Parts: sequence; structure tokens; C-alpha cells
Amino acid sequence: MTAAAPPLRAEAAVIGAGPAGATAAAVLARAGVSTVLIDEAAAPGGRVWRAPPDVLRARAGGPELAEGDALRARVAGAGAQLLAGAVVWSVTELGGRFRIDVMTDGGMTDHGPRVIEARLLLVATGALERVSPFPGWTTPGVIGLAAATILLKSQRMAPGRRLVVAGAGPLLAAVAAGALKAGAEVVAVADLNGAADWARAAPALAGRPALAARGAGWVAAMLRAGVRPGFRTGVRAAHGDMRLEAVELGPVDAEGAPVAGAPTRRVACDALAVGHGLAPATEITRLLRAAHVFDRARGGWLPETDDACRTSAPRLYAAGDGAGVLGAAAALAAGERAAAAMLADLGRGPAPRPAPGASRAARFGAAMGRLSRQRPAATAAIAPGTVVCRCEDVTRAEIDAAFDAGATDLNQLKHFTRCGMGPCQGRVCGDAAAELLALRLAGRGGVDAARRAVGQWTGRAPLRPVPLDALIGAFDYADIPVPDPAPL
Amino acid sequence: MTAPPTYDAVVVGGGVHGCTLALFLARGGMRVALIERGPLCREASGVNAGTLTMQMTRVALIPYALRAHRMWATAREWLGHDVGVVVCDGLSLAFTEREAEILSFRAGKRREAGAPIDLVSPARAKAIEPGLSDHPILAGFCPVDGYASAYLTGLAFRRALVEAGATLFENAEATGVEPCAGGYAVRVADGRAIAGARLALCGGVWLEPMCAWLGVRLPVKVLVNQLAVTERTPPVMRSVVGVASGLLSLKQFANGTTVIGGGWQAVGDRDRGGFALRPEALIGNLRLACHAIPALRGARLARAWAGLEAETADAMPAVGELPGLPEAYVCGGVHSGYTSGPYIARLLAERMLGGEPDLPLFPVERLLAPAPEAAGASPRVPAGADAPEGDPAR
Repeated sequence: MTAAAPPLRAEAAVIGAGPAGATAAAVLARAGVSTVLIDEAAAPGGRVWRAPPDVLRARAGGPELAEGDALRARVAGAGAQLLAGAVVWSVTELGGRFRIDVMTDGGMTDHGPRVIEARLLLVATGALERVSPFPGWTTPGVIGLAAATILLKSQRMAPGRRLVVAGAGPLLAAVAAGALKAGAEVVAVADLNGAADWARAAPALAGRPALAARGAGWVAAMLRAGVRPGFRTGVRAAHGDMRLEAVELGPVDAEGAPVAGAPTRRVACDALAVGHGLAPATEITRLLRAAHVFDRARGGWLPETDDACRTSAPRLYAAGDGAGVLGAAAALAAGERAAAAMLADLGRGPAPRPAPGASRAARFGAAMGRLSRQRPAATAAIAPGTVVCRCEDVTRAEIDAAFDAGATDLNQLKHFTRCGMGPCQGRVCGDAAAELLALRLAGRGGVDAARRAVGQWTGRAPLRPVPLDALIGAFDYADIPVPDPAPL
Repeated sequence: MTAPPTYDAVVVGGGVHGCTLALFLARGGMRVALIERGPLCREASGVNAGTLTMQMTRVALIPYALRAHRMWATAREWLGHDVGVVVCDGLSLAFTEREAEILSFRAGKRREAGAPIDLVSPARAKAIEPGLSDHPILAGFCPVDGYASAYLTGLAFRRALVEAGATLFENAEATGVEPCAGGYAVRVADGRAIAGARLALCGGVWLEPMCAWLGVRLPVKVLVNQLAVTERTPPVMRSVVGVASGLLSLKQFANGTTVIGGGWQAVGDRDRGGFALRPEALIGNLRLACHAIPALRGARLARAWAGLEAETADAMPAVGELPGLPEAYVCGGVHSGYTSGPYIARLLAERMLGGEPDLPLFPVERLLAPAPEAAGASPRVPAGADAPEGDPAR
């Protein structure tokens, strides 16, 4: 039998080494708190400041690489213990300590399971991408906008040769510009927002001139290449059988609903990068039964926190996009706040000062969040035959039928239809399915009140699907701690 | 001025017991209200492993479980809706000499009680279940086995109850009950009182607090059973597989997912449900599963969870009238309650409808503890009552 590695014990554990988590870990470690920082990726940086692989480093560049390198240097210099390439599959809290079970190397090799124990836990797991379903969205060649940024940042590679970029928010221009730089042809950019929507965000953008300039640079790169964004335009369908052949675009109204009867445009392409905003990754805070609130502008459901990032659960903190999507700059500040609160709670620092009110970074993030919010009217327009849960092939019509059969909350819908029971564990379909139920349930309180009633998936382990083989390793039968037999 | 109760019967608790009871009472002509804190069958009855096996059933319950198995197998006929029931062979495995002893003894006792269990060689077991490893040294084989998709239970019963004309109060938490003129009035969290001439408490692990509403002390232990399911995979097995100790239940569903359970304990309680897994217990359970069916090693674990199971002091059911409280009944505490539940609840329905049940109920007097004034006293159940003479597991 392979001996299990002894638990790694620390005063604080931080899950997620993006701007919030890495910052907090660095602050804690520098203050002398033994800290373990855990991330799925090979190096700190998160999504926005993702480290390129060494072989591509020379071709990388730009402000995001510099900012990411600064963060990585800060972590390395602070003395936090980094557990990279580690997938957290279980977090439990017992007897005043968190137990974090990780699989190193994604469980794909025999490095096997590992256990970290810590008194304090900061969850800084960032955001998940939301895609509002449309006919053909599961066709090979359709990729998420945020997923496309990972491909561009880590591999300098565009998702196709002839690319359509669609959806909402700042990632549209980022992906279009990145794909052009990577040598792809961008044949259309379809933005759910209109010029007026962007204009409303202008004051918040002006408060972050460097970020606004970066966005302007992306737009300029698009315009130089002759790509003009189509405002208030949405994807009606993706066509193609085994691979994407064309995307159908059409006008949408101010709420994101397709304009009925308006002419549509068919654009031949081999890839579609599409995303409709980001949602906080709440798997761990849900698993630990922390209280959550629904805030559409900050991405939907998020853990309830005080202004020092404390959740409702003892010694559990949440910071960064995982506690409400506000972007990387706001996440850095949140990481500092979380670390200050953790130090104070350990008796190793002064009580954290009250947050000074929304920072410019937070206002910028909130403006981006409003542009990327989930739009009920767009969800309402999903056709009955469109697949919503791609793992289990559950259509909108089946979700409506489940509502008619009495399913009024998301977990009941799961039982009625298997929606969310597949390998994505509900991450991809959850927001759309919940919104569809909420639209049916909505009374005078409106869709948001109905979303609160519909709820979210109950948190479950494993937090990612894990191979049984890696989980159980080699063992002798005699060492399985089989409990006493049940009564006869 | 007291109006007669609105309902002939009020059933509190919408799991498999409460739903079956309400269904047969409604079909028997009663006006029935069913009150459930959440949606129907979303606690133990919706999250259990769905195993319909005799080889994990308590000996005294075998006659009930055999009849319940027939009910599950014909659910489309009497329930009218599909719970995904598959009837198939069942194997209980022994890997060591000691387990072989336990298996032989327990299979014999269950056979005496009517379960058609034969002891078979490893070769014969492998012919029955080609997915089996080479580790078993003996197996119990029972052709009366199978499984349901427990998560479909609520949908199926909900439809049947609506068709039968039962009044459903879902997402309505009962907070108390008191005798009223002509029956019992159940208070619900929103302030309503729902009154019936008859009352049936079917609260599973919540039976203890429910009985306390009426001043009755019925201790109910809370088991927190852990379960896991894999992603869909190609076929790895075709039967229900368990082990001599009862600590494994394993079957692959038609959709390719394999559910792994056996009653390994997670962390939970009545107030918070099964709120945390024990990773080391999960890994132990998975190891046991792969020791039996090695091809499972290639699957990925998709989800694990824990549900609450009620156990009375002697681990036998509490089904019958509450002493001194005419027409107030309890129905619960059934070991492997999902398997036997429909038949046992139907028996109680027959009694409440004025008939004589085919098999005896399980009177609750034996389980009642003295009133709270005499705190600390436990019900008088003989020590070791749960392991009969001669059981090597004792």
C-alpha cells in the first residue's frame, strides 16, 4: 500500500492564485502566517494575468504579463507555500479546521491525493464563464470568450482561422484584438450592447484611464483591421453539423432580446468565441454552506461577505471575482482586505479599517459587470428545442415541462430532468436553467426575486470530476477501514 | 362553534412513506392533505441509492421487502409513473474467510425469512456478473434484486398524488400539532392550521421532533449515509453488487452512471442535513467498490452527497398508532426504508381505512422513552438486540 502523504498543516490556506488569492497569500506569509496557496494552474496569475508557458514567453508581452510577473514575484518573495497544478476536489470543515483534499497534476498521474489542513481559508476562485444557449451552441468550433482568452494568453493561438466574436462585455474587444494579433481573420464582432450602453459606462471607465486605454487599444486594433463591431447584435444560431460552418447574427433590443422579424445575417466562419458575462465561482462557498446573495450586476449568486471579505461561515473568507465579479484590479484590493481581516482574526494585526467605499477599480468593474449581466429577456427568447444542459441534453422545453410538473427550485429541476448532473456539474447550464425557472415563477417581485426563490445548486464534492483511479491509488483490501456490519 | 376538520387525514412528511400513505388513503376515498417542508421526496427518499435488495434488508423485514420489491417492479401499474426501476440479479460478496462466515450465516437467516438467496462459487458469481474481480471467495446470489432512480421518486409520486386528488402543501414546514375537535390540527410555518380527523407523522429522521409535538418521546437516531456517482461510462457491470457486511451497494444505471454507496457515514444532523463528506470514508467506499468491480477505476467521480436515514432504538420500524392518541399514527424508522417503504406505508393505509393489514404493523410502544421529566432514560431495548444469536458479526 502506498502510504498517504501526511497532511500539510498551515495557519491559512488560500484557494486560487489569481490577483486576490496571490495577493492575500503574499501579505499573510510576509506577516509570518504559515500559508499554503493552491491553484490548478502551473503558476500564480489567475485568468487575467495567466503566466505563458516558458517556450512562448519571448512572444508574450504587454502590461498583463508585467502585472502578472510582479504578482508572481511578490508571492515567491513572501514565502507562501505554493501548491501549483493542484485540483481541489473536496473542502470540509471539522473541529475548527478546514481540510482541503487536492489532486496534484490534475489527478492524471500517480501523484495522487494530498491533504492540506488550515485554520483559516480564503476562497479566491474567480469567475466562471456564462454562455446563454442558442441553437448550435454545442457545435465544435464554438468556444467561450473567456476560454478564448486562455487560448490566446497561454498559447498565443486563435480558436480558428475565420473567427466570429460575440456576446457582451470587455472580453469582446480583447479576444478580437488578440485573435488578430495571433493571425486570425475576425469576420464579425457582435456586441449585445449598443453605443449608448457603452456611453453610460464612460464615467466609470474614465476613472481607470490605463484600463480604458487598453480597451481603446483593442478597439483601435480591430478598426485598423477593418473590423467594425456590430452593436446590439446577438447570435441567433450556429450552423454546421460536426463542425461550425456559419453563424447567424441578428439585431437585439436594449434588453438583449432578438428583434422579431428583423433580417439576420449569415457569416461563414470556422470558429465562434461567444460569452455573456462572468459568474462568481461559488462551488466551495456553497459546499461549506456559507450564505449567498443574488446580485445580477456582480454576476449573479455570490457569497455574502462583510467589507473585510468574511463570509457567514466561521474562518471562511472570499475575495476577488468569486465574491462578486469586479475585475482584476478590484480583486487585488480585495486580496489586501481579506489578508488584513485574516491577520486581525488571528490576533496578528489591527482590526481592518472599514472599506473606504467603492474604489475606482470597483466602479470600473461594476460598470463592466452591468454590460455583461445576464439578461432575462435574452433567456426568455431561447427556443423550446434548444439544449440548455449540454451534458445531459436537456432542452428548454423539458425545463418548462418540469416547471409545469411542479419543479420550482433548481435542485428539484435537477431531480426532474438530470439538468446539471453531468460532468460540468451544473457550471455551464446553471445560470440559464435557473433563469428559465425564474421567468416562469416570477411574480410581482420580478425575475431577481424569483431567482432567489429558485436558488442555486447545492454544493457537492468532488469540486471537479476526478478519476477514481487517482483518488484511490494502490491499496490492500485489509487496509480499507470497512465499518462494522449493519444489523441483521 | 367548531367546524369539523377539513381533511379526513393529514400526513406530515412527503418522503416515500408519507407519499405512499397519502396516495392509498386518497385512493381509498379520503380527503387527504400532505404537508412537506420542501418539495416531495427530496430528503432520504430522493437521495438514497435506490437499491431494492434483499441482501441488505433486516431479516424481520424480508417478508415486507419482498412484497415492496414487487410493488417497485410494477410501479408503472399502481403508481402510474416511472421511477426507473430495473429488476436484476444481486450478489453479495465475501473477500475473506470471516466475511464468508458472516455471509453464510446471514444468507441462511434471510433465506429462512423467504428471500431466495443461494451461496455460489466465485466462478458462478463471475458468470452472473462478468464485471467482477477475482477477489471474492464466496457470493450470495439473489434473483430478486434491482434498483430505482431515487431522484425520480418525487416527480412520480407528485403526479400520482395530484391525480388521486390529494392536496399537496409543498415547501410548507409543519411546526407543531395539537388535538382539536374531531382530530388534529397541524400548524404550518406561515401560520396556517391544517386539520384532519386522522394524523400520520412520516418524518423520517424528523419523527422524533414531530412526536415531541404531541408529548411523545420516540428516540430516532440519525444515520448520515454517504453516496457517490460516476460519470457515464461504457458498461462495467450488470447486477447489483454488495458485500457480506452490507457496507457496499453498487450498480450501474442504464445511462451509464454507477452509484456507489453502502452506508459509510458522513457528517450531518437533523438541522443541517448531510452537510459534509468524510473524504477518507469516501475513498474507503470507492476502494471497496473497485475491489469488487475493477473496471470502475477508469471512471471519474462526478458527485458525492450524504442523506439522512432514521434508525429506531432497535433498528426496527415504528409503524402504528400512538398510544393514548387515537387516530394519530407514525410511519417510519424502516431500515432500508426506501426498499420496503411502499409496502409498509400501504399496510398502514389499510389500517387507517379500517381494514386489516395482510402483515402486522410495528407498534411503537416498545420504542417510547419516559416523558422528558425523567430525562436521561432511554427506551428499554435489550443490549445486542440487533445481532441475533450466532451471527459471526456480533
